[in-house]
Amino acid sequence: MSDAEQPRSEDDFEPVQVFPEAEEMDLRPGADNCYKCTTCDSVCPVAEVDDEFPGPKFQGPEQWRLKRKGDEDIDPSVMSCSNCMRCDNACPSSVPLSQMHNAARGEYVEAQMDTLSREYVRNRVLANYRTMAELGSKVPRLTNFVMGLGVTKLFNEKVLGITSKRDFPEFAEQTFREWWEERGGAAASKKRAREARAERGDDTTSDEKRVAYFHGCYSNYNTPEVGKALVRVFESFGYEVVVPRQRCSGTPMFANGMLKDAERAAGVNAERFSGLIEEGYDVVASCTSCSMSLRQEYPELFSMDGVEDLSNHTYEAMEYLRIHEDLEGALEEASVSDRSYAYHAPCHARNQGLDRQAVELFRDLDGVTIEDVGPSCSGISGTYGWKAEKYDTSMAIGEEMFEHMEHAAGEVGMTECPTCSMQMEHGTGYEIRHPLQVLEEALT
Amino acid sequence: MPIREDVLVVGGGLAGATAALSAAETGASVRLVSYKKSTLRFASGFVDALGYAPDGEGPIADPFEAIAELPADHPYSVVGEDAVREGFELFDGVVGDAYRGGHTDANALLLTHGGTVKPTARYPESAAPGLASDPRDALLVGFESLTDFDAPLAARHLSAAGVPFSVEGVTVSFPRRFRADAKVTRFAKALDRDERADGAGTRRALAETVAPHLGAAERVGFPALLGDERADEVRADLEAALGAEVFEIPTGPPSLLGLKLEDALYSALDEAGVRISTGNPVVDYEADGERVRAVYVDRKGQRVPYHAEQFVLATGGLVGKGIDSGRGGVEEPIFGCRVPHSEDRYDWFEDDAFGDHAFARFGVVPDAELRPTDEGGGPHFSNLRAAGGVVGGADFAAEKSGGGVSLATGLVAGRNAGEEAT
Repeated sequence: MSDAEQPRSEDDFEPVQVFPEAEEMDLRPGADNCYKCTTCDSVCPVAEVDDEFPGPKFQGPEQWRLKRKGDEDIDPSVMSCSNCMRCDNACPSSVPLSQMHNAARGEYVEAQMDTLSREYVRNRVLANYRTMAELGSKVPRLTNFVMGLGVTKLFNEKVLGITSKRDFPEFAEQTFREWWEERGGAAASKKRAREARAERGDDTTSDEKRVAYFHGCYSNYNTPEVGKALVRVFESFGYEVVVPRQRCSGTPMFANGMLKDAERAAGVNAERFSGLIEEGYDVVASCTSCSMSLRQEYPELFSMDGVEDLSNHTYEAMEYLRIHEDLEGALEEASVSDRSYAYHAPCHARNQGLDRQAVELFRDLDGVTIEDVGPSCSGISGTYGWKAEKYDTSMAIGEEMFEHMEHAAGEVGMTECPTCSMQMEHGTGYEIRHPLQVLEEALT
Repeated sequence: MPIREDVLVVGGGLAGATAALSAAETGASVRLVSYKKSTLRFASGFVDALGYAPDGEGPIADPFEAIAELPADHPYSVVGEDAVREGFELFDGVVGDAYRGGHTDANALLLTHGGTVKPTARYPESAAPGLASDPRDALLVGFESLTDFDAPLAARHLSAAGVPFSVEGVTVSFPRRFRADAKVTRFAKALDRDERADGAGTRRALAETVAPHLGAAERVGFPALLGDERADEVRADLEAALGAEVFEIPTGPPSLLGLKLEDALYSALDEAGVRISTGNPVVDYEADGERVRAVYVDRKGQRVPYHAEQFVLATGGLVGKGIDSGRGGVEEPIFGCRVPHSEDRYDWFEDDAFGDHAFARFGVVPDAELRPTDEGGGPHFSNLRAAGGVVGGADFAAEKSGGGVSLATGLVAGRNAGEEAT
């Protein structure tokens, strides 16, 4: 029956009611929204350099249709998707592409991947970086020494399939959490925040200004200076900071199809943070992939308690200040030591609409010269560029960014994402800073 | 404290970019907010003024002369001929030498990938040798895996239409092999980088593939994939090797010519100091009586207010989703501005696919200042203006007026907003 022949009275027939309520994740509406304009494929950084990769339109809506009847396996090429999520941002029809990719990848790993294979073991190790980091950071100097050894790299490459071409990120001698506890934890933060509020002429007794910090793994184990900067900047605006116990945001797990690991981590995070949200806290993150995960991937993939609340109350740190404080005004009066930055916007920041935030804010800051190195992807995409067989793809994607960094006046890199920063350093040898470190220098 | 500018433009297509640029020219601080990649990625890259009259008469030779004949509710009638001219002047300033057509009021006739001839006002420089009014014989070249462009069919269509030159079409295999569903961007990159193919660079190999089919043709048309960053070089090399002029014919999405236009507009926005926030939709607003105070951007669950003195709504039409329709009716989803339409949705369209559909003219109804109006004919808000596809009254696909309407209404809405805010 063609559409034109449908009964004209709307009372007797509603087509949508023909389908039963979906029990599982129903991606059909998303797949139906795809009108094959291919905009997603034109922004995919992997398809750009890898002629064999079929691109997001295939990985998402087409694959979803192919496997609907249950007689088609998931195409292994889904493991070549780096989960940069640029396709989400590109689609003019709001097809939930990355959700489809995550679902397909999860299904592929669960049903089609041999759990004894080197690839599975390697991916599981990479996806669970936090577990490794927790152990390693107990004896940071020894770990850094061992990870830097040629023999370790050889073992990683030959046995695990982790590229030997990259230097393993060093563990900090004191983790962010250790520093936080030593400093007096939440009680100390409350005191400092009140002092700052008194100085600013704000209400010292109000509990309006309270945030819970999701530091993620990297700023805890590897770059605690980023976490410290966040705490100091927020306190300077009068915010009381708390740092709940937390697990990995799940980003590397999604990217490796380890959805069960991700669900466990998400469950812990949702539980720990949603209680605070009920008390009036907002959640801030310094890593844009962590905030992306909490905001978008959790509610897309998991239906456990607290996930919606967490999603609706999570912000990237600088975004939060931009919305709630006169950050521009504060920066107008501030200055920092002269530095020229080459800024790269991480894909996951782009998807949250934050890609121009750092340049917009720092452009007029006294002492700062800042230049955006363009819209390309850095290519590392978390664990992706660490895989021996993906290393060349990762570097080929990064080439454009490296070139633009070399051409930019800046000799210091800037980005919000820990793994983008690894790639920027790896490709150019530049020192890389987080925007929060510049804010800290300017405001505290 | 919150995010605040003088003028906030919602929508990042041709109309939104034009509005932001013309607001910035007044000295106002401007922010442009857009959601997804703009529909410019589907666009041919041609920018039309008016190709056909609303009754189907045409092609029109001089669009500016024809404006006076348009119905009173047409966006061109609302803003007037001078605004249309100024809109195109602004556009010419943005694209510079990359576009042709600004030397005359008259329409040019360009070839389309379907083998029709389209009247348009501005066209990319790379399409210029393909003018249908040019008497030189032409060869059209298509590629085996690129089903978007069937060159022999397009050539037969053009011959049947009576173009003043002889035209042949040939399908060849692209010398550099890709997977069967490779995108035009991949072809463009192979030519940009002159990748090795059949023992030579892609450019040379392509010329050698095409040369035996050249015959008496003095110009050769390809689908628009002849390079991206080094497009000029690619065309020059092909022309030298073929001994014929080379031109591009726009294809469907993703359209490289549309992408290049998007890049030119966004560079101009950056240069003008316009702040840009992309990736999240505007979902709601806050008003203070008859003034909009802020719009709310949904950042994945968080509603972030963007404050401004003046607002421009440039969210597009039905394709751009600035106008939304369902079984119950048609609406402008952000501000709920009035979009006149029949209660009976079977009146919205004609059975003939190319008929005079009512839906094609759906949109908000502007007052003389381009402010959307309510049932009483007064503006919904004193500081909200509309531009581009969201404005009703023009069937841009049939008239070939979409580009010009975006430029003219964008210019007026942006300028009025800027002047009032500062």
